[in-house]
Amino acid sequence: MKEKEFIESADRYLNGELSTSERVEFEKLCEQDEKLNSLFLTHKDFVATLREKHTRADVKAKLAKVMTQESSQGFFFNMWKNLKINGAAAAAVAILSSVATLYLSGYFSSLRKTTSEYSALKREINNVKRNVNAHNQAINTINKESQTNQTALQYGATGFMLTKDGYVVTNYHVVNGADSIHLQNSQGESFRASIIHIDPSKDLAILHISDTSFNPISLPYTFSNQSLDLGEGIFTIGYPRDEAVYGEGYLSSATGYSGDTTAYQISIPVNPGNSGGPVLDKNGHIIGIISGKQKGLDGAAFAIKTKALMETLDNIPENSLKGKIKLSSKNSLANLPRTEQIKKMQNYIYIVKVY
Amino acid sequence: MSKIKQISSKAPEDKDLLDGLKNGDNISISSIYRTCFPSVSHMIQNNNGDEEEAKDIFQEAVMVLYDKITHTNFELSSKLSTFLYAVSRRLWLKQLNKKNATFTISDSNGLEIPDLEIDIQSHLDQEIKFDKMENALQQLGEPCHTILKDFYILNHSMQEICDDLGYTNTDNAKTQKYKCLQRLKKLFFN
Repeated sequence: MKEKEFIESADRYLNGELSTSERVEFEKLCEQDEKLNSLFLTHKDFVATLREKHTRADVKAKLAKVMTQESSQGFFFNMWKNLKINGAAAAAVAILSSVATLYLSGYFSSLRKTTSEYSALKREINNVKRNVNAHNQAINTINKESQTNQTALQYGATGFMLTKDGYVVTNYHVVNGADSIHLQNSQGESFRASIIHIDPSKDLAILHISDTSFNPISLPYTFSNQSLDLGEGIFTIGYPRDEAVYGEGYLSSATGYSGDTTAYQISIPVNPGNSGGPVLDKNGHIIGIISGKQKGLDGAAFAIKTKALMETLDNIPENSLKGKIKLSSKNSLANLPRTEQIKKMQNYIYIVKVY
Repeated sequence: MSKIKQISSKAPEDKDLLDGLKNGDNISISSIYRTCFPSVSHMIQNNNGDEEEAKDIFQEAVMVLYDKITHTNFELSSKLSTFLYAVSRRLWLKQLNKKNATFTISDSNGLEIPDLEIDIQSHLDQEIKFDKMENALQQLGEPCHTILKDFYILNHSMQEICDDLGYTNTDNAKTQKYKCLQRLKKLFFN
C-alpha cells in the first residue's frame, strides 16, 4: 500500500468517514505494521497541531481585538459606565419630584374632579334623622337581647306616567337596589309599583302600577322626540320635597354631561328629588327626563332626551310587558296658560318612594 | 458604588468564562479582559511599565491560561482574576530580569501560585511549536495553503476543494493535497 493511499485512509479514519468494517481493517493494518502505525501517529499529531494552531491563533486574534476595542471606547464610555448608577438614581429622583409637584399643585385632584362632578338627584329622605334615630335605638337596645330590624334607607324622587294604563318612567339610579316602590300623586293617593324594565346605561327605569285601586286616566301631554333649539323655554314639576315644586328655564345645550348625546343640558334650578321629573316645552310636549346635575357649576342640570326613552321602550322584551305600551297622542295642554297646564298635569306626576 | 455595581450586573462564573475562552467566545473573552485586566495594568504601571506593556503581558497571561486549559484538565484553585494576576506578575518579573540584573515587584498581595513556572514553560513550548507551524505554512505558499486549510480546518470534502480550485478530477486534487501535506511536514519537522 502506497503511503499516499494510507494517509488518505488515515484522514478518512480521523474524520470518522470509514464504515465499521473499514475501521476494523484499518486498525488491524496499523497493529500489524509497526512502520505504518508510527506513520499514522505522527500524521495524527501533525493534523492535531495544525488544527490547534488555527483555533489558538483565532482566540489570540479575538483577545487582541477585544483589548483594542475596549480601550478605544475611551473616556466618555468609561465615564458613562461609572456614572450609570448615579444617572439612574438622578432620574428616579427627578421622576419622583415631578410627580410630587403635580400632586402638591393639585393636578391629580383636579383630574379626579372632572370625572366625578355628576350628581344624581335622588333625595335621601330623613337621612340624618334616621341615622340619629338608629344610633339612639342602638344605644337603647344595647343591653336587650332582641334586636329590632332597622328599616332600610328611604329615597324619594319623581316619576311620571307614560301611558294611561299605569306605566311610569323614572331614573334607574332611583330604583336601583329597591325593595319596594310606592308612587304617590299630588292628591295623596299611593300605589305600589313594580319594575318592568331597567336601562342602566341610559339611566332609565320603567315601572308599572300593580295596585288594583288604580284607575286608568288619559294623559294630557304627549311625547316629542324632535330635537329642540337652544334657548327654548321649558319647565318641570318635581318633588324635591313632599310638595310638588315647579321649575322653569331654558334649554342650554344639545348634549349632556361630558358630551353625552342622549341628554340635554338644561338651565332649571333642580335639587335632589327632581330626578325622574318630566321636562316639557311650552306646548306641553315632554322632551326629556331630569337625571342629574353638575356639581360646582351653577344652573347645569341634565335631562335624558325623549329619543333615548323611546329607544329604551323599543328594547323592552315583549314578555316582560303587562300590555303594550301605547303613548298618548292627544295633547290638551297646548295654548293653555302655564298655571292651567300645571294644574292639569300635576296629577300624573308622582313622588317615587323607594324602600 | 463598587458594591452596587457588583449587585446590579451579575458577574459570570469563572468556570463559564474558562469554557468560553476555550471555545473562543467573544463575550467571555471581553468579560475576562474587563474583570482581570485593571489589577494587572495597575501592578505593571506601578513597576516600571506602561499601558502597552501591560496589555502585552496580559495577553500572554491569557494565552498561558488558554494553553493550560486546552492541554490539561485544569481546574481553578483560586479565582480567575487571581490566577491571571499571578501569571502576569511572573511574566513581568521575567521580562524585567531579562533587561536588568535583579528586580523585585512591589505589590500589596504577595501571593504565589505553585507550578506557575511549569505552566509558563509549557506555554512557551507551545508558542514555539505553533510559531514553527505558522512559519511552515507561510513558506508553503499557494495553492497548498488553501488546500490544506480547506481540508483540515474548514473540513471541506475533496469534491468541494476540487470544484473550488478548478482541478479536473478529485484524484488530481487528492494527489495535490498529499504532496502539499508532505511538503508542510518537511518544513515543520526541519
